[in-house]
Amino acid sequence: MLEIILKLVAVAAAFAVLPLIVGQVEHKAMAHMQGRLGPMYAGGFHGWAQLIADGVKFAQKEDVIPRAADRRVFKLAPAVALVPYLLVLLVIPVGPDGQVALDLGIGVFFALAVMGVGVIGAIMAGWASANKYSLLGGMRVAAQLMSYELPMVFAASSVAMAAGTLSLSGIVEEWRWWWLPWQAVGAVVFFVAGLAELRRPPFDMPIADSEIIFGPYTEYGGLRFALFILAEYAGIVVLCALTTVLFLGGWKGPFLDAELGWLWTLLKVFALSFVVIWLRVSYPRLREDQLQKLAWAWLVPLSLAQLALTGVLRVALA
Amino acid sequence: MQDYFDKYLVVLALLLVGGGIVGGGLAANRLLRPHRPTREKLTTYECGVDPVGAHWAQSYVRYYVFAYLYVIFAVDAVFLFPWATVFAAPGYGMTTLVEMFVFLGFLATGLLYAGKKGVLSWV
Repeated sequence: MLEIILKLVAVAAAFAVLPLIVGQVEHKAMAHMQGRLGPMYAGGFHGWAQLIADGVKFAQKEDVIPRAADRRVFKLAPAVALVPYLLVLLVIPVGPDGQVALDLGIGVFFALAVMGVGVIGAIMAGWASANKYSLLGGMRVAAQLMSYELPMVFAASSVAMAAGTLSLSGIVEEWRWWWLPWQAVGAVVFFVAGLAELRRPPFDMPIADSEIIFGPYTEYGGLRFALFILAEYAGIVVLCALTTVLFLGGWKGPFLDAELGWLWTLLKVFALSFVVIWLRVSYPRLREDQLQKLAWAWLVPLSLAQLALTGVLRVALA
Repeated sequence: MQDYFDKYLVVLALLLVGGGIVGGGLAANRLLRPHRPTREKLTTYECGVDPVGAHWAQSYVRYYVFAYLYVIFAVDAVFLFPWATVFAAPGYGMTTLVEMFVFLGFLATGLLYAGKKGVLSWV
């Protein structure tokens, strides 16, 4: 019982800390890469206090709910967007020999299913705001979920086929270095589809601030808005952790797997998070039709090809 | 069986923790923030002008066809997961591999047909 409580506390702590680190790194990396001056002032050295200043501001702002809004759904939406990512962290293994809060037999399936729920928060926000821009944004969120969920599921099931298990710990135990080239296509498809599901740039057409204000979040302010932003960063952590566990061998590294496994996991998660930030800085936003075309014309066929490759090689080796 | 469902009690516990984090945060926020609603403040935001027309504007859902397509494909994809754990087990091998190609063939044909009909492009 005590062990479970400790693990839950650890999961909650990781959920509280990791997204903020990613957010802080994003501020600074973007400031350097794009010459942005804004986030470099607060607190002096490299604007280290910017995140704290943001937090203080969000906590003090008035909570405005538009008269026309669907109040209950409007108020519930940030929680629906945020909490699923906390639940996914529960099943992600950080090290060997049971260094996982909950080793579910259907880990991959659970993680993908719960991650999909997070997107519903954004759709709820888009609908409940009773704002034309929010509604358009919400519709785009729904379209994106439907186009990109499929290649993501196919890529994940390719790994499950290779490992012969759905447990995330089991998958990492089966993992060998030559899975990197073998599952490379699946890894790229999974990561790109995940980014699209999180609506991260260059897939941020639903938010498209220069076109539909801020999409589903237009009417939100104060802490509820902050919760949506937090959900975005938590989503990045969860996506990078899942990619690490499924495709990059989780806690396995060149040496000291058993002792420093958690450090390998953390390193890989941060490296991938940096790639996520880097992509945001370097790529322009995809147009809505290009976005849909990428999913159906490229990612779905590629993930089907990966399934075929995985199946043939697995049976040939067995 | 009892053990199996016990595992999900942990999920339920964490769900309550998550609800507590969000709810607690908003409750604390209630003590800190001002609350002075005015008529103008509660108006729907539309770039600074008064809202035009009804709040839920009608728009054409351009992707409803591939929404159906997604549902069909997703139902197929779910069956991949249980199959993936056993397909290479001793005694299956070749048979299941052929089955997989039949499955992939169906999906690919469906996708090609949908593409030819033009329902995959955003119009």
